[in-house]
Amino acid sequence: MRLLRESAAAINACRWAMPAFCVALMIVAVAHEQCGLFNGYVEFVLITAGINIILCTSLNLVNGYMGEFSVGHAGFMAVGAYAAGLLAVKILPGVTPVWAFPLVVVFGGLIAAAIGFLLALLSFKTRGDYLAIITLAFLMIVKSALENIPFTGGPRGLLGIERLTTLPQTVAWVIVTLWVIRNLVYSKFGRAITAIREDELAAGAMGVRTREAKILAFVVSSFFGGVAGSLFAHQLQFISPATFDIVKSTDILVMVYIGGIASLGGSVLGAVLVTILAQVLQPLGTWRAVVMPLTLVFLMLFRPRGLFGLREFAWFLPGREWLRRRKDKSP
Amino acid sequence: MTPLLQLDGVTKRFGGLCAVSDARLSVKTGHAHGIIGPNGAGKTTLFNLITGIYTPDEGAILFEGANIAGLRPNEIATRGIGRTFQNIRLCRDLTVLDNVRLAYDVRLKSSPWSALLNLPSHRAEERRSIDGSFELLKAFGMESFAELQAGGLPYGLQRRLEIARALALNPRLLLLDEPAAGMNSAETLKLMEFLRWVRDHFKVTLVLIEHHMKLVMGLCDHITVLDFGVTIADGTPAEIQSNRRVIDAYLGEEEEDES
Amino acid sequence: MEYFAQQAINAIQLGSIYALIALGYSLVYGVLSMINFAHGDVFMVGAFACLVLVSFVPLPFFVALLAVMAITALLGALIERAAYRPLRQAPRVSAIITALGCGLVIQNTTLSLSPYPRQMPRLFESVPFEVAGVTMNTLQVLIIGISAVFMLTLDFIIRKTSWGIALRAASCDRGAVVLMGVPVNRVISLTFAVGGALGGAAGVLYSQAYPVIGASMGVIIGWKAFVAAVIGGIGNVRGAVLGGFILGAVEVTTVVMMPSTWRDLIAYSLLLVILIFKPHGLLGKPVQQKV
Repeated sequence: MRLLRESAAAINACRWAMPAFCVALMIVAVAHEQCGLFNGYVEFVLITAGINIILCTSLNLVNGYMGEFSVGHAGFMAVGAYAAGLLAVKILPGVTPVWAFPLVVVFGGLIAAAIGFLLALLSFKTRGDYLAIITLAFLMIVKSALENIPFTGGPRGLLGIERLTTLPQTVAWVIVTLWVIRNLVYSKFGRAITAIREDELAAGAMGVRTREAKILAFVVSSFFGGVAGSLFAHQLQFISPATFDIVKSTDILVMVYIGGIASLGGSVLGAVLVTILAQVLQPLGTWRAVVMPLTLVFLMLFRPRGLFGLREFAWFLPGREWLRRRKDKSP
Repeated sequence: MTPLLQLDGVTKRFGGLCAVSDARLSVKTGHAHGIIGPNGAGKTTLFNLITGIYTPDEGAILFEGANIAGLRPNEIATRGIGRTFQNIRLCRDLTVLDNVRLAYDVRLKSSPWSALLNLPSHRAEERRSIDGSFELLKAFGMESFAELQAGGLPYGLQRRLEIARALALNPRLLLLDEPAAGMNSAETLKLMEFLRWVRDHFKVTLVLIEHHMKLVMGLCDHITVLDFGVTIADGTPAEIQSNRRVIDAYLGEEEEDES
Repeated sequence: MEYFAQQAINAIQLGSIYALIALGYSLVYGVLSMINFAHGDVFMVGAFACLVLVSFVPLPFFVALLAVMAITALLGALIERAAYRPLRQAPRVSAIITALGCGLVIQNTTLSLSPYPRQMPRLFESVPFEVAGVTMNTLQVLIIGISAVFMLTLDFIIRKTSWGIALRAASCDRGAVVLMGVPVNRVISLTFAVGGALGGAAGVLYSQAYPVIGASMGVIIGWKAFVAAVIGGIGNVRGAVLGGFILGAVEVTTVVMMPSTWRDLIAYSLLLVILIFKPHGLLGKPVQQKV
């Protein structure tokens, strides 16, 4: 992972750049909420971009950093969406107050995380292709189960979810997601996760607790997948099992592999690009679903690691990672 | 004095093939112990059994008196056994420093929560990890390579990095699988000096699998010979060199060892 | 009793079709260790190709079948040449993703061209008859018969012909096989072609038995055949056939005992359960990794 700049001034600037940027984003978001800076369509696209960033970054943890191939991320999104949606519609009476919404979102994330934990257990003995197949089975099972359980509204879906996802809430969750996953990646657990991708056997021989690392990766990834689902449900106000199928999973995969595997900056880039692309391609109608996977195929043929794969924007790095790069320049 | 590592009647079968049969090994603390034998004799399998990658079908593996057979590899590594691999198994996409940190991190005690929230205690531990690993690289003279990609290093440095990484575990026993592979006579001599330094500086006991006889005879205090999974000899270099069975199976007469 | 026999025949019919498609997955996985996610959509293209062909030219059944098989064989080989061969040396994940992408491109192109389900015309006059009190019809016999012929022929080819031996050798060690003068690229292309042909045949047969076809057939039926291949042990030709019949039996039983919407849920849950206990499928063998 290489830096973009290395002078002392740049390093100091970068330590404060990211927090400053986040504050600026929140200010803009709150300003919009109060004064209506953007029209409805732009707001919709911005919120969608935020949700996509959360989806892409969380999937990148398992597919990029850990080097697995999970096609089931839409399943975690579905679990979170339905958990949050059902909680708000069928269990909590009346209107949900604004302060309670983050709790609803967390609830969606926790239910998804519980299932992610189960998937992690399955990953102990199976890897590679077979784990991919298991995640596919998981996705199909979730979709099928949702279609068959009357409580969830069956194939017709769940209606009447309140519009609770606002721009400030989305921005806040994007910041939380990126911050938590950044912390994870630049910790001993993150190094363990990356070592599993590189060489799981050697990692074990070096004392790495691979099982713990796998659980962490899956649980954190699925938690934020569920969070994205909860936000999604309360933005569209309607969800159905058909939304969370292999096409949705592929969209998220495209984001990861366009932006770059094992990269936070790449995740943001990929999510934003795909969101914009989806809007631009709207006039194509159903042909949009041809262009996206075609893009994926071309990516794999010519740039399999993505635009920013295995590299990182300097602003994302924690301070100590800066200092160590200084260290190796001193005599 | 109890031996640091002791194998008693260890047997490992793969289907119909008996890779290791009734292996007996006794490694004294502070020694350099060699394991030699023809290819396919079961030497690497022995290492894999000791480090927990395989579980023995029979027998016990005693490290510092405790039976470690059946433990997971990372548990054995934490107990103080480090190793290198026959084909270098570094994390090629990580930096040199990060490769060392991987093993150094066994000392870190942060919980997942403190990592996810980047708590001060976690930050302090991370700085320790960077400093400690960097010091280790300095001891090996590799500190200027700290930020380079491990996969881009020349072969000799990669081998050295693998050893440094294993030593980051602070092990009492270091298993080296063909450390001189691909080296010529001059490089092998330097390696011998290097391994002596490692043994004295880090106070580790060495066990090495090797085919370079000069290295083995010159460095090792004690040698065990395997052939077809069976221990056929065990003794000092002088005893091994004059052992008829060993000569017939492996050493040959007056053979100059090729690089 | 007759009811049970009736359902058994349904299960064998469905299982035969699943087996034909599953063979395509297993052949490709055996030789390239790659899951050909686009294969289910080749099956779907087979059905649509048949529809298009007979809309323009009234063809007798067997001619249509062979024509479609030729088309899907070509399609299979084309996909391999364009999308998979360039990635032979790339990490495994890239190949899987590309396969997934290819499948989706095919599926959604078909969907855009034909958004609504279509009716497949009958190419074969099915005559019902009775055997020991059980009512069958000639279509069922045809499907089961043709499938059996294909499966037995393939089994023979794999075991006795030079292509079959080359295929099995390439499954074990592709590098060594090249060094022995085997034209590996041709073997692989041929494998994809044969898989494609079988998938296309399955498409024709399926659309005769269940005449409503749609672009999502590939995901719905094709991927269940993939489940069958994995259950049997992917890469294993006999496993594919075994898995196909098991899945056929399970589905028919499910439809009989529960609401039919539970079909997919049961099929994928069965896959999960089998993978948990036998991670390489029923007949699959784990690959020993040398450390």
